[in-house]
Amino acid sequence: MTVAMSAEYILETRDLTKDFSGFTAVSEVNLKVRKGSIHALIGPNGAGKTTVFNLLTKFLIPSSGSILFKGKDITREKPADVALRGIIRSFQISAVFPKLSPFENVRIALQRRLGTCYHFWKPVSSLDILTERAFELLDSVGLKELAHHHTEELAYGQKRALEIATTLALDPELMLLDEPTQGMGAEDVGKITELVRKVAQNRTILMVEHNLKVVASLADRITVLQRGSILAEGEYDEVSRNPQVMEAYMGSVHA
Amino acid sequence: MNRKLWAALFLAGLAAPFLIYPVFVMQLLCFALFACAFNLLIGYTGLLSFGHAAFFGGAAYVTGYLVKNAGLTPELGVIVGTLAAGLMGYIFGILTIRRQGIYFAMITLALAQVIYFIALKAPFTGGEDGLQDVPRGMFLGLVDLGHTYHVAGKPLELNLYYFVFIIFCIGFWIIHRAIHSPFGQILKAIRENEPRAISLGYKVERLKLLAFVISASLAGTAGATKSLVFQLASLTDVSWHTSGEVVLMTLLGGLGTVLGPVVGAFTVVALQAELSAFGSWVTVVIGVTFVVCVLSFRRGFVGEVLEKIRTRPPGQND
Ligand SMILES: Nc1ncnc2c1ncn2[C@@H]1O[C@H](COP(=O)(O)OP(=O)(O)O)[C@@H](O)[C@H]1O
Ligand SMILES: [Mg+2]
Repeated sequence: MTVAMSAEYILETRDLTKDFSGFTAVSEVNLKVRKGSIHALIGPNGAGKTTVFNLLTKFLIPSSGSILFKGKDITREKPADVALRGIIRSFQISAVFPKLSPFENVRIALQRRLGTCYHFWKPVSSLDILTERAFELLDSVGLKELAHHHTEELAYGQKRALEIATTLALDPELMLLDEPTQGMGAEDVGKITELVRKVAQNRTILMVEHNLKVVASLADRITVLQRGSILAEGEYDEVSRNPQVMEAYMGSVHA
Repeated sequence: MNRKLWAALFLAGLAAPFLIYPVFVMQLLCFALFACAFNLLIGYTGLLSFGHAAFFGGAAYVTGYLVKNAGLTPELGVIVGTLAAGLMGYIFGILTIRRQGIYFAMITLALAQVIYFIALKAPFTGGEDGLQDVPRGMFLGLVDLGHTYHVAGKPLELNLYYFVFIIFCIGFWIIHRAIHSPFGQILKAIRENEPRAISLGYKVERLKLLAFVISASLAGTAGATKSLVFQLASLTDVSWHTSGEVVLMTLLGGLGTVLGPVVGAFTVVALQAELSAFGSWVTVVIGVTFVVCVLSFRRGFVGEVLEKIRTRPPGQND
């Protein structure tokens, strides 16, 4: 029975809590993310969504509670170890390497599998075997033409797309996206939505998203967070009909 | 174009002792290597160490002592000095690498002061006088590095010069390779966005530690070589002035550029030599030069030139 449970859920948190000197940003959160699904985490600003991401990826240490990835307790691990297990996150504030080209950005991620990151005596041409894959990834997010441009000069939407390509380069089992469409125009939002749908084919995605249209069209399951606690959970229709949710969150958006 | 530039610089290096006073050129090369080693850390990893004199001077003492008292040949002396600096770098590294920004700078400075204190008080370092009369010795036991040739009436220490020049080339090549290696790519990524590098699964602390050890080792190579050139390891080599000077050289020349530290080191050493007649005013003049340069060329000399080249044709770079 328990074995079946952990096979079904790739990620579980148990009473996950984070205090910031007296202020509880995340309070006893029990989150279960089903393997292969797109799971959305929504809630008003300051609800604690980014903090949950920081806890899951060990950028913050939980005050109490535990985190299980594929049934294994990862609560005490370091950020890089969690990444090596296959949980790769994006950041709410776009996380690119601005002075490296988009091509190099993606190649940095691809390089990890090569295991040569300490090899200071090898020429950079030893990375040429990654070039083809890097271009494939850039192509999949529509950045192939800009591969050798200056990343810092890309448009905002293009930077987010580059970030997704970089994350994809590691072929993560679980991808955490923190507001991937934030601050984008309608056209870019549509592109990113399609991109997320495409990359979700053979992996699990947990995403924070404010745009409810995006949530409605992508998410299999939704968890609503409010002041650090889970307010509701379920499918979109179910959650959007919940009067508490309507009042706490959707009400404020639609009104 | 790059290849031609390197070839021209190499030839200039070969010809230099016939044109300029060789000891002066050797001094330039030692400080240039020191600055390049330092640049690997600040320019490519984003770590500002304020204690690099500990490696430069520490190695100078180790090499000086062993060559003088244990009869080590000069090349072995330099190798042992380099390894000693690398070991010191490893110890400094594990103590500091988790710190960020100003804290990192302050702790490296504090640790370097410990080394300074040892150099001042230990029984085998010669105290205030330093280690004097370090012999230049026989390279591989065969070539007398102390030999002076007389070309057109001028005394030239050519054996020593080419010994130093080869060391510089090897050191510079190692740094150049490290910058343009798989490792160097990750260092740049860490400098650009450390949390992102971590989130991709890179063990940032270990990578930084390796960069620190390489940087310290080569700073040691520079210091060890310097102790043979001047036949002296002194308190100046381990003092915080020297740590500050290397920061200055790197910033002036252009941090994060391959040739910047060389240009910066040449500028500072040449200014010091030219202005030595003015006594303590040297510090003031160099200070003012530094302020003016930093205000007018924020990227350093080489950095500004590269930026000019970069911004002209759009697209492809490097
Ligand atoms: N490092 C921190 N220290 C103190 N308070 C924090 C820290 N990070 C987040 N918070 C607080 O926790 C709450 C939740 O923040 P966050 O997780 O960023 O919200 P969301 O992403 O849902 O908008 C906010 O009130 C925020 O001020
Ligand atoms: Mg947030």
